[in-house]
Amino acid sequence: MNRRSSLLALTLATVLAGCGSGSSTSPTVPTKRTITVFAAASLTKAFTAEGISFETSHPGLRVSFSFAGSPTLVAQIKQGAPASVLATADLASIGQVKDKLSAEPVVFAHNQLAIVTAKGNPLKITSLAGLAKPGLKVVLAGPTVPVGKAAAKALKAAHVTVTPVSLEDAVTGVVTKVRLGEADAGIAYVTDLVGSDVGGVALPGTTTSLAIGAVRGISAPDDADAFIGYVQSAEGQKVLMSYGFT
Amino acid sequence: MKAPQGAAARPPLLLVLPAVAGAALLLIPLAALLTRTPWGRLSDLLVRADVQQALWLSLRCAVAATALSLLLGVPLAWVLARTRLPGRRVLRGLVTVPLVLPPVVGGVALLLAFGRRGVLGPLLVEAGAVPAFTLWGVVLAESFVALPFLVLTVEGALAALSLASEEVAGTLGARPSRVFFTVTLPTIAPSVAAGAVLSGARALGEFGATITFAGSLPGRTQTVPLSVYALLQDDPPAAYALSAVLLAVSVILVLSLRPRLR
Repeated sequence: MNRRSSLLALTLATVLAGCGSGSSTSPTVPTKRTITVFAAASLTKAFTAEGISFETSHPGLRVSFSFAGSPTLVAQIKQGAPASVLATADLASIGQVKDKLSAEPVVFAHNQLAIVTAKGNPLKITSLAGLAKPGLKVVLAGPTVPVGKAAAKALKAAHVTVTPVSLEDAVTGVVTKVRLGEADAGIAYVTDLVGSDVGGVALPGTTTSLAIGAVRGISAPDDADAFIGYVQSAEGQKVLMSYGFT
Repeated sequence: MKAPQGAAARPPLLLVLPAVAGAALLLIPLAALLTRTPWGRLSDLLVRADVQQALWLSLRCAVAATALSLLLGVPLAWVLARTRLPGRRVLRGLVTVPLVLPPVVGGVALLLAFGRRGVLGPLLVEAGAVPAFTLWGVVLAESFVALPFLVLTVEGALAALSLASEEVAGTLGARPSRVFFTVTLPTIAPSVAAGAVLSGARALGEFGATITFAGSLPGRTQTVPLSVYALLQDDPPAAYALSAVLLAVSVILVLSLRPRLR
């Protein structure tokens, strides 16, 4: 072996050793197993709280979340993203990756559409018909996003035509545009009105169902099921309800 | 052409291996994109109304942003290179910040400046020219990221240019503005063109600032990169195909710059 390649070998050895010591944990700390949960953007606040209380009652487990619009999550899982649990804002979304789940997805919570406006609803928009007012800047979610799909259905049922100024890829985008004042109103969820600085009104008769399932072959099946079970338990449901889910 | 000294010797493995890895890092993703592109569907896809709409919108916005960059950037570069205005060194540094600023931060900054509740918001509302969710918003976002490329390129050319011919024209009695248009501008024209190509390429590829500031609505503010992002969710092969189109445009732009980059 000449000097050059031995130097290279040394460099590689150092780098690899560095990686090794970084990823292994010292023997005194018990290893925590991580459950990666892909969850709909509407669950951001509720699941973050859910994760904290889950970790308290399950000391050996750690939950790491990735929140995004349901179609984004579904597309990522189709591409093989290593999520152990998938929670989407409707059954149709999770249904697209049924072949990757270890069991049938279950409905674990319900939500309801709401018109979101600036705090205090200064323009007094109280119904879907109010969104059709000319000049009003309305933001909706895209047609593949559960909240966008449900909003389109509700608008159609109410015979209201709305020309949105933007189609967001997750409900959080809708709420953000309204919160920043760039848009006057949008259609999001009642859970977005809880403890938030936006105003608005709930839209009766627009209940949506959130579904959850374990992705096959990603983590120890018991870990994923532990989280899914916790979300459905009395304790987990209490957390969800405190954020406006039913 | 004479080979550089030492080129005949065996290239050191210590350099060759990372070099190969580096080239692979850049080229494997592009090759992967091309292998997964549904070439058979490309012709069907390119005539689809929504795709044509996005392509046409992207083209219009990028051309407008490039024109705006030329209109504002060439004079800005001249001021930075030729005048002794106080603070021009600081200004030179500041105008290049958008080059390295994460585009999404650019979008946030644009919102805070030109959004309805932004610093200049009330003025824009008054004038009926609120840029958010409009084509004008896309052009503004693209210009924000594209303008520095033009300023840097043109300013570099001006700095490297000998003052002699400008001074001669001046002593012959030409006004400074006439000197600029008849002597300076024709001399630096190739650099202005190169700057325009770079700006146009950057504008065409803009994503972060656009989606943050102008939103995403097909036919209105959804440019090709935004449409690739949206398609990736419900029709991935269409997203690959549209990406391949953008890749082709990028290759063409790079080739058009080649004589200058050598």
